[in-house]
Amino acid sequence: MVREAVDVNGQSGAGRTAKNRAKVRTSNLNFYYGDNQVLKGVNLAIAQNKVTALIGPSGCGKTTLLRCFNRMHDLYPGNRYEGEIILDSAVNLLSKKIDPIEVRMRVGMVFQRPNPFPKSIYENVAYGLRVQGEKRRRVLDEKVEKSLRAAALWDEVKDRLNEVGNSLSGGQQQRLCIARALATDPELILFDEPTSALDPIATASIEDLMASLKETVTILVVTHSMQQAARISDYTAFMYLGEMMEFGTTKKIFSAPKEERTRDYIGGRFG
Amino acid sequence: MLPSLAEVAKGKGRLRGNLAERAIEVALFLAAFSAVAITFSIMALLITESVGLFKTVSIVEFLTGTEWAPLFEPPRYGILPLVCGTVMTSIVALCVAIPMGTISALYLSEFASPRVREIVKPGLELLSGIPTVVYGYFALIFVTPMLQRFLLPNLPGFNMLSPGMVMGIMIIPLIASVSEDAMRAVPRELREASYGTGATKLQTALQVVFPAAASGVSSSYILAVSRAVGETMIVSVAAGLQPTLTLNPTEPAATITAYIVQVSLGDLPHGSTEYQTIFAAGLMLALVTLTFNVMGHFLSKRYRENY
Repeated sequence: MVREAVDVNGQSGAGRTAKNRAKVRTSNLNFYYGDNQVLKGVNLAIAQNKVTALIGPSGCGKTTLLRCFNRMHDLYPGNRYEGEIILDSAVNLLSKKIDPIEVRMRVGMVFQRPNPFPKSIYENVAYGLRVQGEKRRRVLDEKVEKSLRAAALWDEVKDRLNEVGNSLSGGQQQRLCIARALATDPELILFDEPTSALDPIATASIEDLMASLKETVTILVVTHSMQQAARISDYTAFMYLGEMMEFGTTKKIFSAPKEERTRDYIGGRFG
Repeated sequence: MLPSLAEVAKGKGRLRGNLAERAIEVALFLAAFSAVAITFSIMALLITESVGLFKTVSIVEFLTGTEWAPLFEPPRYGILPLVCGTVMTSIVALCVAIPMGTISALYLSEFASPRVREIVKPGLELLSGIPTVVYGYFALIFVTPMLQRFLLPNLPGFNMLSPGMVMGIMIIPLIASVSEDAMRAVPRELREASYGTGATKLQTALQVVFPAAASGVSSSYILAVSRAVGETMIVSVAAGLQPTLTLNPTEPAATITAYIVQVSLGDLPHGSTEYQTIFAAGLMLALVTLTFNVMGHFLSKRYRENY
């Protein structure tokens, strides 16, 4: 019954027009840490150029789901996926034939705590291009500037690109990390509670940034804050105990949730 | 407003707490202070005993003389040949230990599966459990003949190359273990951020983990230098005990430590000039090590990263 609701919402909620077509779609996604099944038959369609928020109580599997999209789980032994994550209705990201490194070039990630590399601001942003073999100075300069502008950080750092990334404030560091993720022109960016370590002002700047970024990329964000989900997302997925309980437009999920669990969680009765 | 009884009682309790606090503070201070005090008394001993030597030998001659023969007639007190022997054997050792130790650390921290690490790491650490005199004879009766047979047929039986190399092998686990700890302390998120941009394992290890651990890694190098400079047994056994001023590692030479152990084994009259040379050589050694430690301090400060 639950799965049905998701399918219906996933299809009709994301719409069928070209502009709103699904960028990524998971089908019957199961995920195991060893013998422990953490995701149970997750079906989710992520609309292109929209912000989709994953909400749910701690331990519901929302971060685990997020980390499936760039195969981050491959880094650790004993992890296993079942099901499919289809990008652009064409490629199954979980296929054994697909190199996770290629997946990560197309799917960027921003982490909970700002984690700039121990390198200069410039090299932090250029990193993704350098590891892909880009050596031409002109191309790097261009991309670094473009990414920093897109991350609304250029004006603050343009005169000190050679200082280490750690010299920036927390909010600036997080925008640097967003610029780093943008530099390789990913199609989808995963945000794992990107503002949980930031103060309200920095949080607001990151939220504004995400709203402007969705013109060029598709965004999937895990958040603990329902207010944040309501503020920034177009679609919201509510997860509970590894299952996708309810998915739909943010407006619908927050104003008229179908499931009782969703209603209780959004109403603050648990979580 | 007068304080209530309860508040007064609480204040007394705090006073008692403060006394205990003070006692612990003093005890901790004494423990920390004793290490400093011992270091300073050793330095004081070295200096006072060396002063006697510098009454007969000028400091300039001691530091710039190119011949060291305090037991011969006429005696020569130029420390340079000993310093040179120490520096050369240490350089050879570091040429072996730094690359090998760093690569081992990178492998253990970034590439080895937990199972491989469980076997390799204790194995590596066994290397540092071997007594140095064994390493000395290993250099003398195995490495030197091997070098003579396959690489350098004209290599003398005593030389700096072979003990230097063996000393390097001995130091590998020190660098590997300290560097590996530093690399493993690099936060997981930093690695994930690197993988997240599409980097490979090798790129992540070399371009993110290594620089992030640079402070710890450079400390391990400095520790290695101190260890190499202070190493006594291997060079005494396999480098020959003839002070020679040469930059050629295939020649025999004596190091500062080898001289000290050689001379202090004989029975030198207390207070004689020969006796005092031991302390002057020891002082020199302490100063060399101190210089490296200070350098290490600044290096690790320069590269310190706060995550």
